[in-house]
Amino acid sequence: MSIKKGIEVSIAVADAAKLARVEVVAAYPITPQTHIVEHLSEIVANGDLDAAYINVESEHSAMSACCGASATGARTFTSTSSQGMELMHEILFIASGMRLPIVMAAVNRALSSPLSIWGDHSDIMAARDTGWIMLFCENGQEVVDSTIMAFRIAEDRKVLLPVMVNLDGFSLSHVIEPIEMPTQEEVDKFLPPYDPLYTLHPDKPVTMGAYGMPELYTEAKYAQEMAIAQSKDTIIKVMDKFSKQFGRNYKPVETYNTDNTDTVFIALGSINENIKTAIDGLKEKGKELGLISLRLFRPFPEEELVSALKGKNKVAVIERVMPGGASNGPLFNEIASVVLRNGLNIQLENYILGLGGRDVVPEEFQRIFEILHSPKKKTQKKENNFQVIGVRS
Amino acid sequence: MAKPMEQYKWHELNVGCVIEEVGNALEYKTGDWRSSKPVWDEEKCTKCGLCWLFCPDAAIYQKDSGYYTANLDYCKGCGICAKECKPVAIMMVEEER
Repeated sequence: MSIKKGIEVSIAVADAAKLARVEVVAAYPITPQTHIVEHLSEIVANGDLDAAYINVESEHSAMSACCGASATGARTFTSTSSQGMELMHEILFIASGMRLPIVMAAVNRALSSPLSIWGDHSDIMAARDTGWIMLFCENGQEVVDSTIMAFRIAEDRKVLLPVMVNLDGFSLSHVIEPIEMPTQEEVDKFLPPYDPLYTLHPDKPVTMGAYGMPELYTEAKYAQEMAIAQSKDTIIKVMDKFSKQFGRNYKPVETYNTDNTDTVFIALGSINENIKTAIDGLKEKGKELGLISLRLFRPFPEEELVSALKGKNKVAVIERVMPGGASNGPLFNEIASVVLRNGLNIQLENYILGLGGRDVVPEEFQRIFEILHSPKKKTQKKENNFQVIGVRS
Repeated sequence: MAKPMEQYKWHELNVGCVIEEVGNALEYKTGDWRSSKPVWDEEKCTKCGLCWLFCPDAAIYQKDSGYYTANLDYCKGCGICAKECKPVAIMMVEEER
């Protein structure tokens, strides 16, 4: 029987990869991912895990080595952050295009410049359309569970796509949380050994990553798009199976206190726990706010989001990234297209906060709730389509 | 490929576009990229095989006589063979189509 113990989330991620019996790890250290790969390196060096740990000279090489390893049929794991994710950017597309079920712990951090080692979602939002399945986590337990589920999802014959498990830099990666680590026996029962469809092996040679002529490229990319779109069914099945075996429930879209109100926030990652605290605080004052948390970000869970949005009329999309010249933040724009396509009559607002590690306390979310409910000054011209919370002006 | 590539539907492709047939690049004839072709002067050729060695496409082969020539289905006319030929036995001759 597994027990709950206090453990640093990064260490728990490495332990989860060990429990998944990964066979190859190729990674390059970068703050705030460092503890994950350091601990994995230790586990492998101590002989506690029968895996190859490939030391590489960059993240570009790390992801390239992961592609090669995964192509041979090895269960492959890596982790990165921020600039590291940018450096492996081109190989992210190759991993998904070649349908290699690599699992990556993406420890979300801001991008330079200015140089920042702290958390936000700039890195993952720049990688959001790389064809990877993407899960977001609110706490350490979710990170551990998602890492184990990620292998099962990625390696399913109907999926065969790489999966990123997103956890916020520092606010998740470096905190010590009470986590129930599953036992090896339990994980073995949940996660069968990887049975690859194709492998690079001299006994049965195949070509992987060949040239795609104009006559074939469209069909190839369409097949890949269909694979990620259809992966949602498998993701739900894996989440259900996990919930049944381990007793912790997972769904692509989770809601908190949405039944009692027409006002909801939508956000990703660890800030959702602060939003929940804000919601509880508002409740004590007789005010009702709900939260829609997207655990699954890619493929985008439109159906589940629409059913969560039914009957809501004030929705704040909260993001930890600057739009970079876009009309709004990336999550807002996607939700806006879902709202439009489904004919939902919703007042949709976009708030940006928590950039480069700036703390966002529950009171901040309560203030957003008040802003959302205050009468709009129509005469005042807005500087932007979004509001940056806490910016000094 | 079992059929010409423009006839494949998206769901007929292997996962990740893996190619299971070995050496099927042979089916893709690239010779029509060429604007000039190598021509051997067998008076000068010493049968050393440098052209064969350097050809980046493996388009050059040795005839029964021991002299070399290019398979024009694949030769792209890059001219590396002519450049590397020590006795200058290979001339690149422009082609018109």
